[in-house]
Amino acid sequence: MAHKHRELLIDPLVDNNPITLQVLGICSALAVTSSLQVAFVMALAVTAVTAFASMFISMLRNHIPGSIRIIVQMVIIASLVILVDQILKAFAYEISKTLSVFVGLIITNCIVMGRAEAFAMKNPPVASFMDGIGNGLGYGLILMLVGVVRELLGAGSLFGITILETVNNGGWYVPNGLLLLPPSAFFVIGLLIWAFRAWKPQQVEEREYKIQTVEAH
Amino acid sequence: MEGLISLAVKAIFVENLALSFFLGMCTFIAVSKKISTAIGLGISVMVVQAITVPMNNLLLTYLLKPGALAWAGFPDVDLTFLGLISYIGVIAAMVQILEMILDKFFPPLYNALGIFLPLITVNCAILGGSLFMVERNYDFAQATTYGLSSGFGWALAITAMAGVREKLKYSDVPDGLQGLGITFITAGLMAMAFMSFSGVKL
Repeated sequence: MAHKHRELLIDPLVDNNPITLQVLGICSALAVTSSLQVAFVMALAVTAVTAFASMFISMLRNHIPGSIRIIVQMVIIASLVILVDQILKAFAYEISKTLSVFVGLIITNCIVMGRAEAFAMKNPPVASFMDGIGNGLGYGLILMLVGVVRELLGAGSLFGITILETVNNGGWYVPNGLLLLPPSAFFVIGLLIWAFRAWKPQQVEEREYKIQTVEAH
Repeated sequence: MEGLISLAVKAIFVENLALSFFLGMCTFIAVSKKISTAIGLGISVMVVQAITVPMNNLLLTYLLKPGALAWAGFPDVDLTFLGLISYIGVIAAMVQILEMILDKFFPPLYNALGIFLPLITVNCAILGGSLFMVERNYDFAQATTYGLSSGFGWALAITAMAGVREKLKYSDVPDGLQGLGITFITAGLMAMAFMSFSGVKL
């Protein structure tokens, strides 16, 4: 039993990552990664919401009628997100300002809904809780990786602490401004997916069309 | 009126929901393989967005804002903390109602859009549109314009993306980038192209 729980926790990190493989929860992964601190808070918030939402939905799974399950799940998730939003406003007001609408958008983050639908509706609460934490961490892992690349190369710092002294401050590093702009997140995640799939070739997708080379005679 | 037109242009191009705020990305990536399905989904998002943003604006003005309940005799009540749950409730309800209306009165349209409608409830572009409306204090006319035009911008982006992907599948992409990877990079290039609109002022 303990072994199964560990698997649920580890599996979504690389082998079944919600972002690079299941294509869930991409919106916020792109928007909040220009600084590491914000990415960290976001990852924490999503992990907490996914874990508790999965647990509560799993507890109620035998009492939720199929036809209205989406609305019931939404209400549970929305209540948890309101809680997170209020906590952030109370204890980390600056960060909650930078995150702006993206905390609210955890409600429609497909990771939360996706895990609720695919896992929590069929499994007991403890396993669902573990699955929620695992997927939240898998999401957080990608968020942090993208955040490190973007903040280090874009602004020369990590968590707001200067690592590479930039030219503007009398140092030597010329920051790459593109990495602070939104489109760079697409490139970083695209390249990350490439790296993941080079490491784990079984994740590579099938080609829709095979390109054939014609032998020259 | 001029203000509204400039707001509309801004919402469609400069602040495109999909390409500069990354909202609705999951569906944007997952349902952009064929132009016809992309157009269907785009239109449904536009319709739902055009209905829910003004609805949520009314909800905010007459029920949730501090002092909004003055007409009911509670001038001191501030219900803004209930915002998130009420907006998503409105969205889920609107999508359900729209589905029923389409099913009853426009069966061909229902058959074409049917499978996408439930997906729209969890499309962050819809909730994002309402949250931006709240954050930027739009009035009712602005909210209506914003809802319609931001929905149109999203539809435009997903249709363009589908067009690119239909051609892209014939090209020789490295194995690891196949599928999801190259889609991300394409979307990045499109987002950069859309950034060039940011200088446009009306």
